[in-house]
Amino acid sequence: MTVFAAILSGVPTTLLLTFAAFGIGVVGGVPLALARRSPHPLPRLTARALIELLRGIPPIVWLFFVFFGVGNSVPGIQPMNAAIISLGVISCAYMAEIYRGGLSAIQRGQWEAGEALGMNRTSVLSKVIGPQVFRISVPAAATYAIGLLKDSSVAYTIGVTEVMFYANEQSRSTSDAIVPFLMAAFVYVVMTIPCAWAARTLDSRLRKRVAR
Amino acid sequence: MSVIDDWLQYYPSLLSGLWVSVRLAALSLCIGMPLGLPFALGSGATSRPLRLCTIALVEIGRGIPALVVLQLVYFGLPSVHLTLSSFVAATVALALTTAAYTSEILRGGLQAVPAGEVEAAHALGMSQRDTLRFIVLPQGIRVAIPPLMGLSILIFQATSLAYTIALPELLSQAYSVGSATFRYMSILGLAGLFYAAITIPASWLSERVEKRMARHL
Repeated sequence: MTVFAAILSGVPTTLLLTFAAFGIGVVGGVPLALARRSPHPLPRLTARALIELLRGIPPIVWLFFVFFGVGNSVPGIQPMNAAIISLGVISCAYMAEIYRGGLSAIQRGQWEAGEALGMNRTSVLSKVIGPQVFRISVPAAATYAIGLLKDSSVAYTIGVTEVMFYANEQSRSTSDAIVPFLMAAFVYVVMTIPCAWAARTLDSRLRKRVAR
Repeated sequence: MSVIDDWLQYYPSLLSGLWVSVRLAALSLCIGMPLGLPFALGSGATSRPLRLCTIALVEIGRGIPALVVLQLVYFGLPSVHLTLSSFVAATVALALTTAAYTSEILRGGLQAVPAGEVEAAHALGMSQRDTLRFIVLPQGIRVAIPPLMGLSILIFQATSLAYTIALPELLSQAYSVGSATFRYMSILGLAGLFYAAITIPASWLSERVEKRMARHL
């Protein structure tokens, strides 16, 4: 039982890491998605290259790049901060792609209607299109958040004290190496199920408020 | 240009790591994808207990992070007297993860085949097996190809997790060069570019395939 308690003590860190990184992605994804659709080639191509690189390189490589690479010139960077930054920046790229999908799902007529009413593009975007894009993006964002929760387990490699960290520690200190990992697997499954359920409920509530 | 110097000096050891990563990904996909098919069929089965068991297994398989499966296989199994080398352990773990995800993708593909075609096949007197083999599978698998390509890219990225079990793949090689020379930034940067050099063209390819498939549906 003490083994299970030890593994559970990593849950708050796992959740904090996931929510912090996801929060960065939800906010940072917006400018990246807008730049990706910009009529000017420079921001468009920069955003595209950034998104491709962030999504194309495995999270653990970004984690090491931030913690060991950038951390070499920034002394005293905490593992947790490095993990939040690297997973957060990756989330920006994934969220930008999710927003982009949501933007293209909005009918062109809504832009035209907004302009016909004399609104400028910025206010059409922020008052009419934007709120609907967020609602459309909920299911994809939730799927991504669940994936992020699982990906956050890589942070143990740089010493962040989350679930995997304690599972490893317990596995090394007890004679039975397999049980701590089974417990960690159980903890992850239990954490992802409420997330999936909450996402489904939220989605069905928000879906009613998107113009068809 | 010290970065370029580092890259020129250390790229051979990274290339050998990349080769291990590619082999690991290819082997895991070749084992895992066929393994996903029975689960895809099981989760669409008419027998309720069989269906629920399969869905539960698949959901558990998808809910557990690949890293946990990897550690479980490599560090956990020796305690039940089953010691695997790091390459075999990584292959087993990634193949299991591939199977869980493949079964969901294939299930979606099989469901996309119109029910009327299955009924038509039955009306023509085709057996259940022939219907599956000649009507449902060829079309269902075609629908599933673009998402399966996406999964392959993810599994290739997931080979980097095998660093934690001391498999000398790309990330391990980069990390060991980095810790010997303290040139982490340039070496890890090069490792990242190596990953990107495979995943980014692959994702373009899968987008193109998806567009082409959409034309035929």
